[in-house]
Formats: sequence, structure tokens, C-alpha cells
Amino acid sequence: MKDFATLFNALDATTKTGEKTLALADYFRTAPKADRVWTIALLSGRRPKRAVTSTELRLWAAEAAGIPLWLFEESYAVAGDLAETIARLLPFGATGAGQSMDTTLRQLIALTGRPETERRAYVLDAWASLGPDARFLFNKLITGGFRMGVSQGLMTRALAQATGVEETTLAHRLMGEWDPATTSFEQLTQEGGGDVGARPYPFALASPMDEDPQTLGPVQEWLAEWKWDGIRGQLIARPGAFALWSRGEELITDRFPEFAPLADFLPPGTVIDGEIVAWGGADPLPFAHLQKRIGRKTVPKKLLAEAPALILAYDLLESDGTDLRAQPLSERRARLERLVNALPDGLALRLSPRAEAMDWSGLAALRQEARARQAEGLMLKRLSSPYHIGRRRGDWWKWKLDPYSVDAVMIYAQAGHGRRANLFTDFTFAVRDGNDLVPFAKAYSGLTDAEFAQITAWVQKNTLERFGPVRRVPPTLVFELAFEGIQESPRHKSGIALRFPRMLRWRQDKSADEIDTIDTLRALLRQPPGALPPDPQDI
Amino acid sequence: MSTAVLTFTDRGIYCPDGGFYIDPWRPVARALITHGHSDHARPGHGTYLATHQALPVIRHRLGTIDIHGIAYGEARRIGDVMVSFHPAGHVPGSAQIRVERRGEVWVVSGDYKVEDDGLSEAFAPQRCHSFITECTFGLPLFQWEPQPSIAAQIASWWAEAQTQGCTPILAAYGLGKAQRLISMLPPLGPILTHGAVEETTRILRDQGYPIPTTTRVTAQITAKTHPGALVIAPPSALGSPWAARFGPTVEAFASGWMALRGIRRRRGLGQGFTISDHADWPGLNAAIKETGATRIFATHGYTTPFRRWLEEQGYEAGIVSTDYGGDEVETPTPVLEEDHSSP
Repeated sequence: MKDFATLFNALDATTKTGEKTLALADYFRTAPKADRVWTIALLSGRRPKRAVTSTELRLWAAEAAGIPLWLFEESYAVAGDLAETIARLLPFGATGAGQSMDTTLRQLIALTGRPETERRAYVLDAWASLGPDARFLFNKLITGGFRMGVSQGLMTRALAQATGVEETTLAHRLMGEWDPATTSFEQLTQEGGGDVGARPYPFALASPMDEDPQTLGPVQEWLAEWKWDGIRGQLIARPGAFALWSRGEELITDRFPEFAPLADFLPPGTVIDGEIVAWGGADPLPFAHLQKRIGRKTVPKKLLAEAPALILAYDLLESDGTDLRAQPLSERRARLERLVNALPDGLALRLSPRAEAMDWSGLAALRQEARARQAEGLMLKRLSSPYHIGRRRGDWWKWKLDPYSVDAVMIYAQAGHGRRANLFTDFTFAVRDGNDLVPFAKAYSGLTDAEFAQITAWVQKNTLERFGPVRRVPPTLVFELAFEGIQESPRHKSGIALRFPRMLRWRQDKSADEIDTIDTLRALLRQPPGALPPDPQDI
Repeated sequence: MSTAVLTFTDRGIYCPDGGFYIDPWRPVARALITHGHSDHARPGHGTYLATHQALPVIRHRLGTIDIHGIAYGEARRIGDVMVSFHPAGHVPGSAQIRVERRGEVWVVSGDYKVEDDGLSEAFAPQRCHSFITECTFGLPLFQWEPQPSIAAQIASWWAEAQTQGCTPILAAYGLGKAQRLISMLPPLGPILTHGAVEETTRILRDQGYPIPTTTRVTAQITAKTHPGALVIAPPSALGSPWAARFGPTVEAFASGWMALRGIRRRRGLGQGFTISDHADWPGLNAAIKETGATRIFATHGYTTPFRRWLEEQGYEAGIVSTDYGGDEVETPTPVLEEDHSSP
């Protein structure tokens, strides 16, 4: 595992993408080829099934270290990383560098489903023979939690540098389902590892629009459409292959049986980019409905009826087996419209409608209706643009509505993980309900490291009670939270659930007497469709 | 029933029968000081007592104070108790303070480490009934590799920088850690020191501690005047305009906190060397055992889990909340400046 350890340390040591690319490219040139394939798999989120659960790891490690489990948990709360905790608290002394990544991962895969005694013996043996750094990486291979700050794009660029294969070609070859255990490095980079029939194209992504769209030039050069709050997906209908991929490159065909009939009606060699939404008849339903479908491999009939899924088609990437991505959007959209209009009624596929206006101010007005339509805002796409790979500034913009916001007080704090280990970063917030405080949201992003450090010091001085890693603190610190949506939720004490809550700012100017009430939030629930977000001056 | 030998007040650890405080954080008439780090040796007390070896640094830091020296192991009567100072192995001159009243012995550890660093007077365990121990690194996560192994890692990092043509800047606390590093590293090239480090280094060297020659960084000194040099500076100098004079640099931090990857990354440090002047988990446990004490007070660190651990080991254990190092216990971020030496 030496090459991988070197790579890991190099990536860990820098935040500069240039240096990361160099380190990766170097690795892709020199590491054993079988190991390279596993690295590509891990960096693109294709982790092998876990042979050992984290509960088992905890128990075995505590036992091997001769400490009670509670003390292991205390240590884990401080280190913020399971692999690291184990690597550091087992006795030091061994210096082994471990076997190759290929060997280790194959052994781990072979262990899957074996009796506990066998798996335990293997893991304990490895721990006892490895030095702390190798032990850490070994644990990471088990837990699969590699966060090395390497995006898929960065990895592809490095691989392109190492192999001489063009980046866009490589990006496509790495897509879809392929098994690192049975794919060689040559197969993967020269032909593409997965089943060509079902292999998706890399998704085009948009950048946030934070300027006045007037700067984009004439409105006629742009396609505006609703930014739906669903699951971005790519639907593939090729001879012998019918597949639905999520943006995370997960194959989700079986989770949405509603789309199966499309296999019979879409012309062979069709690839559509669209948004999967739960459909309410005329408009999408709030995301919460779709959420019930996520994570389910099979869908009960009741759920199918309550939250039927539908694809709102944005773009046509392939038609009659021809890759259309280099064509201008205007052409792709025209073909998409012809294709969809030719389909019979009753299929779970519709065109995502254009949002049309004469000028930018007309579009701006339309954008304000987004929430009423269950959309997050507008998408702006340049009509002359190709279908890019990944995020390329300039042609695709997401022009989202300003979020809702609410002032709330922190009541619990918990330490974060990874880079934020040992800093209190995960907070629970409450609003007022009469004389009581009612917890309603958790958030952990939006503040600077300096603010987190300051709050951490405060939490340590003001802890009222500890529940494992969670600290109860006096309701003193006030934050402005932003969120994208609000839903009734009988599962939560407050009766509501927020979508994407995060901290907008720390309101050091406000005291807990000045926070919002649960009634303010409930009022948002009851807002008639089309209502504007509350209190624009607050946003 | 008489009072305890040592009691815990909001000014610090107090000995009623001796009329003195140990490392108090608010002004008192009579202070016994374990060592010169600024969270232990504070200004404003009436009189000070510390080891002869600790006096020069404390004087340098606190200016004109009424301070007296005592030899390691020398027994001195103060009020109704006998007091003696014993090596704590933390930094040169550092001490544990032993207080005996009619056969009952209490020991205040101050800060300590059990590994002999070759420079500080080596930790000498004291048998006692009650032991007040620091536990800065009181979790099993914290284990130190032996000093020679860390020295080899730093040396190879230094050598690599020489090959790459960059200047390595190693951040370390100015009192103790810096001198320990200077004396433990092989002579691969000149060692340059930041002013804050050089001051303390010079004082300790003049006292006779065997610290190799170093050169203070002045306006004339650059990477060109001292090719292949290693720079030792306080943590605050990393990434500062001061460091810019060396051209391309590689930076690292030498601290026990570098054991945690999250902290290393948060500081944007590619490289950290895990080396501490505090006892690690095995060290704390071994030291406590060697005292033979049945009653342990944990202070200054991960006190809550440490106390629970000690209780499960059969000790009578308590927590003393002190003001040492502020929050250094659980917030390594501020703690990194463990030694707030004057710049």
C-alpha cells in the first residue's frame, strides 16, 4: 500500500488543485495497475460492500486497546474519524506497510459474509502488523470513507495527463457501472469499464447566478426553465439496455417502476436528461414526497399511488444512437420536443416547460412564482451551447430564489468530523413556543472557521450537560438560519421539517428574546401558493 | 478533623497550613511555581519560589519580581508543612511540587512528561497519598513515538527540503520544545531561530544546558546566507511576512496535537510532527501508578473521561478545575500557543 500511502499523504498535505493533480497523475503513471483501478473506483464513489461494520470495528478496537467502549467513544468524539481513532489508540510498535491495495481489497471482499470470528481474526492480525499510518489507510479501506478533496473532474484530469487519453472521452468511459475487481486499467481507460449499452454521459452542471442576469445579453439567446427540486436523472433507452441513472451515478432504474413502460415507447438509442419528481397531477409535489422513495430498493404499492414519479425532460443527449452533446441546445431542445410530443399520453415523462418572457424583468417576475410551482427558481441555459461535462461557467446558470430565513437560538452543540474534528460545528436550534423553546432544525454549515473556533470556546465554557458527544448549552447564541423549503412533519417535535437549513450568519447583535416563534414558521406552511418569501428586508 | 493538605480555590491550589499557593492564576502573597510557562508563572504575586534552574527564564519573562530558588530534592519547611521540588521532565527547570504534613504526602505534578528528552531534568516519580495530575493528553488516542523516531522523521523532512531547495520552517513553543528540537536533531545544516525562540534558548544555554549553537534571524539573514538551514520559530510565525524572507518554504508544526489529522488540516499544515512535552496516555497511567497514590485529582485536560477511567481502575478520583492554558484541554486550536512567550 506504499504508493497509495504516498498519494494519500500528498493529497492530504495540500489544498491546491494543481498539486493534487500532479500527485494523482504521478500515481496513475507509477502505481501497480490493479491498484490504480481501485483508486479510481474509490475516488469516484464506487466503494466495495463493507466486510465489517463500524460497530464491530469499535468493539474489536476497544478490546484490542484494553479500554472500555465508552472511552473509545470519547476518543472518537475528539478525533472525529473512526479510522484514525482506531489507528491511534491501538498499541504502537509494529511498522508493517501492508499488502498492496488490490490484495487487501480482494481479501476484504472475500471476507464479506464470513463468520465473525474469521473476520475479526483477519482485522486484528492486520492491526497488529501495521504501523499507525498503514493502519489508518487499512481502516479507511474498510470504512470506505475517503475524503481526499478530489473531485471526479480533478481525478479525470490527472488520469488524462497520465494516459494521454482525452479528458472528455475518459470522463465518459469512467461513467456507469463497472467492477474494479474484474476491470483492468487498460479496459477502463481505453474502452470504458462498464456495459456500454447502459453507460450514461457525464452530467452538465450549472453555476449559481449571483449577478444581474441582464449581464447575460439578450434574453432571446437563453432558454429559461424551472429549476425543479427533485432528483436529477439520465434515462437511457438503447437496444438491449434500459437504465435510469442519478447524478451520483447510481443506477436507480428499479426504484422507479413507473418508467418501465418508456422502454417500449422511446426510440432505440435515446438518452434524456431530466428531473425525477413526485407528481401531483399538475405540478410536482414537495421534495418530501420523493424523499420517501429514496433509499428504497423496492416500492410498496401504497407509496406508488401516493407519490407517483415522473420525469420532466430537460435535454436530449442521444438520438437514434447518435451523441448529440456537441449540437447547440436549441437543436437538442427542438428534437426533444418533437420526441416527447410524439409519445402517447399517460407515460411518466413530460417536457419540462420553458419559462418564457419578453425580457429579463419579465423572467425575474416569473422567478418569483417558483415556490408556488414547487420549483427552486429558474435555470438559464445558452441556446447555442453544447452539453458540457461537469460545471463549466458561462453557459448554464441556476438562478435560485432567495431562501427563507429565521432567527433561532442554539441549544445543543456537537463536534464535527474530519477537518472539523474537535470543533463544535453541528448545532441544534430552537424557536420560541410561548415560554418554551422548541427544537426545529440542525445545521452545520455557513460559518467561518474563526467563528466556529470562537463558538467552540464558548460551548466548552458553557456546557450544562453532556450526552456523549452532544453538549447542552444555555439558549444564548442567536443565528439567522436560511432554508429552501418547509414541510409539515409529524415525526418532528416541532411539527415541521426544513429543507437545506444552514446558518446564514451569527447574530451577535441579537439576544434570545428576539428570536422567531414557532408560529412564524407555521405561517410559512400555510402560505397560499404564489406568496413571496417573507420579509424581503431580512434576506 | 483538619483541613486537607491542599485545597482548591478560585486563585489556585492552596496549602492552608503552609500559607502558599501553587501556580496560582490570580495574585497571591506567596506562590510556588512549577515552571516558567506563562499559564503557570503569572505576574503579580508577592513572592515566588521555583527551582534554581527555572529562575532565569521566569525572571526574563516577568521582569523584577521577588523570586527565590530552591534545589531539586531540597526539603524546606514552609509554615507547618515540608515542601520539596522534583523533576517533572516537562521543560528544563520544571518541577513537581511535593507537600508533606505529618506524614501525609501530596504531589502537584505541574506539567510533565515521562520520556527523558536528554535536556530537561528527567521525570522523577514521587510516592504520595494524593496526586494532582495534569491530563492534557488524557485520552488513549494520544501515544507518542520515542524521541529518536521523531528526530529521524524531522531530519528526513529537513533533508528533503534541502534537496528541493526550500527552507524548512518548524514551528514550536519557545520554551522547552524549541530547545528540545535543537538538541535532538542531527547537524544537517545551520539552525536559524526566530527572536522569540533565540531569547529563551540563549538563557538556557547560558545556564549550561547542552544546546547546540543557533543563529538568530536578523534582517541580513536569508535562505542564501544560510543554505540548507532549518528555521525554528513560534507557531505565529508560520505563513507570516517574517517567513517570506526565506523564499520557497515548507512548514511544519511540532506538537502533541499533530496526532490529530483534523487539527493538522485545519491549520492548513501538510506536515506535523507529533512530539509533546506532556505525558501521553501510557505515560500518564504509568506515572500515576508509580506514585502509589490512592487519591488522584485530574486537572488541565480531558478531565471528565480521565476521572471516570481512573475510578474504573479503582482510584478515588476527582477533578480540579484550573485556569492553566485556558481551554487548552479540549480546544487545541487556542492551545497550540501553549507557551505564550513574549515575541
